[in-house]
Amino acid sequence: MKTHKVTDKSIESMISILLRIGVLVSGSVVLIGGICYLILHGGQPESHHIFRGTPAIDRIVPEIVQGAIGLRARSIIQFGLLLLIATPILRVAFSLVGFAIERDRTYVVITSIVLAVLLFSLISGTIQG
Amino acid sequence: MTIAEFTPVVLGAAFAAGFLGSLTGLGGGVIVTPVLTLFLGVDLRYAIGATLVSVIATSSGAAAAYVRDGLSNIRIGMFLEIATTLGAVAGAYLGTHVPTRTLSIVFGVVLLQAAWQSSRGHKSSAKPHPPDPLGERLKLNGTYNTAAGSESYAVYRVKTGFGLMFGAGILSGLLGIGSGSLKVIAMDQAMRIPFKVSTATSNFMIGVTAAASASVYLSRGYVSPGIAMPVMLGVLAGSLLGARFLPRLPVRILRRVFAVIVGVIALQMIVSGVLGRI
Repeated sequence: MKTHKVTDKSIESMISILLRIGVLVSGSVVLIGGICYLILHGGQPESHHIFRGTPAIDRIVPEIVQGAIGLRARSIIQFGLLLLIATPILRVAFSLVGFAIERDRTYVVITSIVLAVLLFSLISGTIQG
Repeated sequence: MTIAEFTPVVLGAAFAAGFLGSLTGLGGGVIVTPVLTLFLGVDLRYAIGATLVSVIATSSGAAAAYVRDGLSNIRIGMFLEIATTLGAVAGAYLGTHVPTRTLSIVFGVVLLQAAWQSSRGHKSSAKPHPPDPLGERLKLNGTYNTAAGSESYAVYRVKTGFGLMFGAGILSGLLGIGSGSLKVIAMDQAMRIPFKVSTATSNFMIGVTAAASASVYLSRGYVSPGIAMPVMLGVLAGSLLGARFLPRLPVRILRRVFAVIVGVIALQMIVSGVLGRI
């Protein structure tokens, strides 16, 4: 029981660090993309009153990554948002490793179910796109 | 309005929403959505996309601090995430078939009742049953730090909480919100988990629930960079500030803030549903 408590604490601090890094990195990427976006497009009229849906370059994962590599402002923002979406999924994966080290079978199963649901929705969302 | 004028307005609104969201476990999304749609005339689908992203930012930003301070119970969070993620996936599929205005009204009524119940607080005599043995088996019982030192708590009615979490997940996937208010109600009211632990664990769970539906919304073109960028950055800054305040605030004030916010949101949901704005 005592070792459980110790490992629980180290899982908690690992998760805390992971969340912090995920948010910091994604926030910085979005901020950089946002500044570029404002400099390049600040004078243009804002057009979010009518829904058209974002173009393929802003909604399909490989195209977002490619656009970000090409330093396109909007793609950099979308790439940062992708990193943000990945953060909680990584957190669950991290917890799975932690519970496995603890040999806590109940929570290995519980965490695996959550991870499976997340990956299913990620994959089915990409296929639908 | 030009992009250079629009962005700071959205940024400011998102900052306020993030601050309140992390203090109350609401997640900020439910406040961002009405501001964007009702005051700034943004199409609801873009608002939903930006909100979902902001919801992940709030949850992760605040949860990092709560987890470090031992306020979030990661086992309770992980166990209940089975319900919320399954619900979020079901909600995303339901969303294409059920008119959201109908559900919006039902949601509003449920929240109104919850706000009223929450403002009354716990009755200390309302713990007639022994703690749920299922909570013991799943190692959900825990301890947390208060001003008076470490305090232990037991978990009640695990199945009821789990069922409510499934409902919270459905609404999250359907409306693109974190549905933190329902999560707090499930833990605080049904499972009798201390209020601060409930809000901190809710924040911890919201990001995972939102991630389950975020990729679907991204691929459908709901996440527009021009609006998601100021919403995410504003909410993030606000939520980090809010997390610093939570351990120092008395629960009674928190509960009242929570009740008022949930009440306002409930009315907004009902009105939007009746007027077909959602």
